[in-house]
Amino acid sequence: MIYFNNVSKIYKDATALDDITFTIEAGEFVSFVGHSGAGKTTLTKMILAEENPTEGTVFFESINVNKMKNNDLTKLRRRIGMVFQDYKLLSNKTAYENIAFAMEAVGKTEEEIMSDVPHVLELVDLSHRTMHFPSQMSGGEQQRLAIARAIINQPELIIADEPTGNLDPVNTHEIVQILKKINDLGTTVILTTHNRGVIESVGKRVITMENGKIIRDTKNNK
Amino acid sequence: MPITSLKRIIRGGFLNFKRSGLVSWAAVLVVTITLSVITLIIFLQAMLHFSLTQIKDKVDVTIYFTVNAPEDKIMSLKSSLEQLPEVATVSYTSASDALKLFRDRHASDYPTIQALDEIGDNPLGAYLNVKAKEVSQYENIANFLKSDDSLMLGSSSIIDKVNYHQNKLIIDRLNTIISGAQKLGFLITLLLVIISIIITFNTIRLTIFISKEEIGVMRLVGASKMHVRGPFMIEGAIYGVVATGITLILFWPATAWLGRNMTDFLGINMYNYFISSFWQIFSILLLSGVGLGIISSFLAVRKYLNK
Repeated sequence: MIYFNNVSKIYKDATALDDITFTIEAGEFVSFVGHSGAGKTTLTKMILAEENPTEGTVFFESINVNKMKNNDLTKLRRRIGMVFQDYKLLSNKTAYENIAFAMEAVGKTEEEIMSDVPHVLELVDLSHRTMHFPSQMSGGEQQRLAIARAIINQPELIIADEPTGNLDPVNTHEIVQILKKINDLGTTVILTTHNRGVIESVGKRVITMENGKIIRDTKNNK
Repeated sequence: MPITSLKRIIRGGFLNFKRSGLVSWAAVLVVTITLSVITLIIFLQAMLHFSLTQIKDKVDVTIYFTVNAPEDKIMSLKSSLEQLPEVATVSYTSASDALKLFRDRHASDYPTIQALDEIGDNPLGAYLNVKAKEVSQYENIANFLKSDDSLMLGSSSIIDKVNYHQNKLIIDRLNTIISGAQKLGFLITLLLVIISIIITFNTIRLTIFISKEEIGVMRLVGASKMHVRGPFMIEGAIYGVVATGITLILFWPATAWLGRNMTDFLGINMYNYFISSFWQIFSILLLSGVGLGIISSFLAVRKYLNK
């Protein structure tokens, strides 16, 4: 599904990614682990073509994402659900509207929105927060809302970039369980984290990064 | 664009306006100031136009005839003057009327009346008062009187004097002042409008700058450019509509006061002008306000959309 071919990214003086090559199959749950600055976020941005590689190519289902036109990129991003450390919710929209917006973006009808949104809010245990704004919700609730938004359009891939970075252990555990459940339903999940505990509770393929290089991939070690 | 998308964009615009609270009202305030400047300019132009028309109306040329000039010759000159395209009106005052007017004017001036009585005959000739359509056209009329056409009519022998040549300096100067005032008025208008537009554009840009992050998030979620931009443009249009309403409401009592207290000073009743041109002013303000709001939002969002 995703193929990085000898990808390097160099910002002025700093090397963010150094000759990275790996493949992710559809339906996998892959965790990228490493310290801050190891290159995890740069890597996720490249899948979305938010950043272009200095060298090498990034493929999403055998299409070079860096050669995509603006319109195609919009369509690509609709197939990927993003979850961020800082949630990136729309602050002047309610929980319901945040999810509805993602559905409107892909052209869903009002009926679909009215039937799907309550469903997904229930899935992440936020039914009681439907009409609340993000600022009226706790960190864990905001992150669950962000996940709900990411999965509402049934994407093929979920990228969760440090989703538990701002959360306490209880909320962290909940988020990991939700992501596992999503993966069990067939969606590919990419998770980045610097928290070893998270990796252990996931218990799936782990790619360890350091200074922009892959130093360990549990898939190859098996 | 499908109707549903349009409906969502419009609803999004109204929600944005409502939820942005103070920021929305700050933008409305700035657009209101711009529209007030435009309204003031409309009033100033009306005042300038009115004053200039009045001044222009006071300028005329009088052709004085000799005492014995036969009336039919004067009348034929009058009708040929009336055929000139530059001439607006020609009024005839006969010798006896001229005497009557003179007596009325000097009714309290006893020695003059007595001297007039001593003479016995009417010492005054008839005269034609000519008004041109434009101040600059008096020269053409004066030239006509000197030209062959009027000589053929035999009028040169009966014309005593034409006061254009005495008034030429004043008419020329007035002409310069009028065209200068019009040019200056246009320049000031242009300058004020440009300044107001820049200030409004920057304010709207600031309100959108606050949403910079959100625009990025919307794009990440997969929203098309129009889906992101649309609600901001609607919000800009709402600024324009609300500001138009506020401006008109503010100018209602202001012009009523001006109409009641300042009509003599300004030379024009502002309240009557406001009421009679209400729909015209309303359309200008609404178009400017809504246009300014939509275009500013469009440009401001574009900056963050392409990132």
